[in-house]
Formats: sequence, structure tokens, C-alpha cells
Amino acid sequence: MGDPGAAGAGVSRASTAAAEAAFRDERAAVLATLIRQLGDFQLAEDALQDAFAAAIVAWERDGVPERPGAWITVTARRRAIDRLRRDRVLGDRVQRLRALAEREGEAGDVPAEEPSSVADDRLRLIFTCCHPALAMQARVALTLRSLGGLSTGEIARAFLVAEPAMAQRLVRAKRKIAVARIPYRVPPDEELSDRLAGVLAVVYLVFNEGWSASRGDRLVRGELCAEAIRLGRLLCRLMPDDPEVAGLLALMLLHDSRREARVDEHGELVTLDDQDRSRWDRGRIREGERLLDGALRRRRPGPYQLQAAIAALHATAATSQETDHIQIAALYEALARHAPSPVIDVNRAVALGRAGRVDAGLAILGPLLAGPTLARYAPLHAARADLLQRAGDAAGAARAYGVAAACTENAVARAQRRSRAVAAQPPRATGEPSAETM
Amino acid sequence: MPQYLLLIYGDPADAPGPEQQEAQMAKWMSYTDELAQSGALKGGNALEAIDTATTVRVRDDETIVSDGPFAETKEILGGYYLIDVPDLDAALGWAAKMPNIAYGSVEVRPVWEIPEPPAQA
Repeated sequence: MGDPGAAGAGVSRASTAAAEAAFRDERAAVLATLIRQLGDFQLAEDALQDAFAAAIVAWERDGVPERPGAWITVTARRRAIDRLRRDRVLGDRVQRLRALAEREGEAGDVPAEEPSSVADDRLRLIFTCCHPALAMQARVALTLRSLGGLSTGEIARAFLVAEPAMAQRLVRAKRKIAVARIPYRVPPDEELSDRLAGVLAVVYLVFNEGWSASRGDRLVRGELCAEAIRLGRLLCRLMPDDPEVAGLLALMLLHDSRREARVDEHGELVTLDDQDRSRWDRGRIREGERLLDGALRRRRPGPYQLQAAIAALHATAATSQETDHIQIAALYEALARHAPSPVIDVNRAVALGRAGRVDAGLAILGPLLAGPTLARYAPLHAARADLLQRAGDAAGAARAYGVAAACTENAVARAQRRSRAVAAQPPRATGEPSAETM
Repeated sequence: MPQYLLLIYGDPADAPGPEQQEAQMAKWMSYTDELAQSGALKGGNALEAIDTATTVRVRDDETIVSDGPFAETKEILGGYYLIDVPDLDAALGWAAKMPNIAYGSVEVRPVWEIPEPPAQA
């Protein structure tokens, strides 16, 4: 959002704070509507910025309006007209000015639009930001910037990118939307499920980026989880009938319920088994379960619902021993049918091992270990180590943990796997090692 | 309406064999007909093989002519369509229906719209 430092001297903190709060709450909805009305992403953002500066001055003078969102929308549209009048480069500006002038005439001071059209605008914005013609990184950045509450600088820090580079990425994406004419709309029915899957992938990527953050950047990147959940809630409100949308939100909430418990006082990662379950957030677990139940009743299972079901089994088990690992392994098998992936196979093997079916688990890992593509995939070796340990092969487990430590990239996970490699060495191998499967 | 150039790329080695050539040609014809009937078609051509290409450059006032394209890539430009459709999704839809799409690729490029001279406001 706007730079609060831009407020002119002599303007009270109260009106600045009111403007900031209104812009934080209304920004995405107003921006979404402006983009539709102006047909121009960048112009809409610039006009919104102008309206923010105007609000600080006007609200100081006249008080905060009854409907700040409507005030901002109308003001921003007028500022956009000013900008179009000044801009001599835009070839179609006359046409656009005429369209905007007509809208001014009909709308007066209060936008005469239904709340539902505003909701539609935000959906349009989500689908545009996540359009497959944009690079994945651009989709993520644009979604966070336009619909989330993060500034360009915050997004840059979260993704470990220099701020000018992130700003450039956003500018390029908006330029492509304008020049290549990526349409501003919710896709037609025949494309909707594919495109929605793309949107959900962006939101989940944001969540995972925050979730898997290593020690040094955990604080900054933790905001990404909160943003992803916020986006998930928004999507649930906008598309209440899609079970995968609810499944994704449930999945994120169920993971996030463990946020406090998964890191110890030294900043080290604590595995699922060793976590203090009393520190899990019961409210999030209940909300996740409720969402998941509602989604499953629609009888259209999908990858997010299945993953949420797995997370729910973990979240609701009284102890790690009492977890229904057989059921979890079956869910991973179903998940692999939807979206085949070695990551899922590894998790299924671990679940089988914990259910006491070590040989079945090792049998799944066999082909993965033989293939060249996963030779450096740390979780595969960690899973193998876990299974070997359960099979009583402590030396083999220690070797496998060593391989896992050598290939892992994440600093926290690496430190942990190393210490486990030491612990697993004979003759001290008595503990119950486990891979954090989720 | 915006125009897009659909640049058709493919590795000739992946193209259907001689026995299927007739069937493939029929697919191109019907694709082109469909484009024309929809009103989107503005132009298009298939290109001769890459070994007939010549590349020209002028450096320090000297014209350098060389055989073939400069880049060593397997996927070569084999032809193009120029289409006129409402937005990128429509252009991508036509690209996805291209008869070679299962083994080649299509680059979709918006055609630069020359800005009008500043209007008298």
C-alpha cells in the first residue's frame, strides 16, 4: 500500500491512520473494481495511490466518510481520468476517457454497483493474476501484491529477492497483461476447473514458501502462511461451492495449527512425533476439520481434500503412536492416483513403516532409489533411513541419514538430520527416529 | 481487435512420416478453414525448410550474408498465422488446436499496435 511517509506535514495522525486502515481493508476490492473500470492494471494502481494521498488530506478536513471504500473508488477513478488527460502516449485515451466520463455521469458519488459485482471483480483479479501465460514467480508476486496485504518490499524479502528486482517482476507482469491482453474475467465453465487448479497452486505455493522457511528468514516468511490463509478464506467466500477450495483452506489451517509447536526455543525444527501437542492450535484444527467435512460431503475428492484428510488424521490423534497410519498410507495412495509424484510415494512409504509394514514401505522406495532423478532428493534418503531403523538395520539407517544430510538444502532440516545420523549410529541406536512426513 | 502472430515451431524429425502426410495436410486445411470462417484469420503461410534460409546482417556498413539461421536449435519456425481475436485466451485457444501442437509448439506474440498520434483533446 501507499507510503505513509508521503502524508503532508500538518496532517493529523488520526486521519492518516484512518486512511491506512481503510486502504488495508478495502485495497484489493477497490483495485479489482478499478482494473475492470479502467481496463488497465498499472493505471488502477497509480490512481489508487493518488486516492490514498487525497484521502489523508480530505479526511482530515471533512472526517472519514461513511463508506470509505466507495469514496476511494470514486476518487481513484477521477484521478485516473486526470492521469489519462495528462498522458499523451496512450493511443486509445480518448476512447477510454469517454467511457469513464459516461460512468461518472451515471454513478454520481456512490458506485451504483451490486456487492456481487464487486465480489466478481476480486475473482477476476485472482484469475488474472494467476493466468498461466504469466511465469509462476510473477503469478505469486502479483497475487500477493494485488490481493494480499504485502508491499513490494515485503514480498521481495519473503522470496529473498532484491526489492528492485521484485518491482521489475511486477511491472513486467502488468505490462504483459496489458500488451498481450490477458482477459480480466473469470474463465468460462469449460476452462474453470483447470484454471482454478492453477489459482489454488499459487496460493499453496505461497503457503509452502512460508512454511518451509529456514531459520534465518522464518519470521519474515511466516507472513506468507498468514497471507496464503487469508487468500484461501477469500477464495472460499467467493467460490463456496468448490470442495477443493475448501480443501485447500482446511489443509493450510491444519498445518498452521502446528506452527507454535514445530520450532523449539532455539529455533530448531521439532518433528511431528516430538511436538508438544498441547501447543497445537485447537481452533485452527476445528475450523480445518469443519471445512474438510463440508467439502468431503460434496463427494468430489481432489488432491487438496486428500492432503487435508491426512493432515486431519495427524492433527486429531492424541499421540503419534495412536495416529491411524494405515488410513494415512491409503490416503497417500489415493493422492498418488490424482497427482503422481515421488514425494507422495516417499510419504506413503513412511506411513506404511509407521503402521508396522516396513517391507511394504521399502518396496515402494526401491524403484525411486534406483532411478537417477531422485538420487539427491534428501527426503527419500531420510525415509529410507527411518524404515531401515524400524527394520533394525541401525548401520544402514545411519548411512542413509548421512546421505540425506549431504543432499538437503534447508539449513534447519540439515542440522536436524545430522544430529539424527549421529543418534542412529550403533550402538546408541535406541531412539524412535521419524521423518516429519508433512 | 488485437492481432497475434502464431509462430509455429517444431522439430522436423518429430513430424508425421510420409504415409501420414496427406492426412496431416488435410488437418492443416481444415484448421485454416475454421480460422477463416471464424473471421479471425488475417494471413498465414507455411515456410520452406530451414536449409533454404539465409541470414543477413549489416555490421560497420558491411553486409554479411550467411547460410541458414544463426541459432542452433532443433525447433525451427515452420510457418505462421496472423489472427485477429478479442484477447490472449482466444489466441491461446487457437494455438492449442494447431495440427502440430502434439509434437511441436506455438509461440503466441501480440502484434505491436502503433500508437495513434496525440489527439487534440
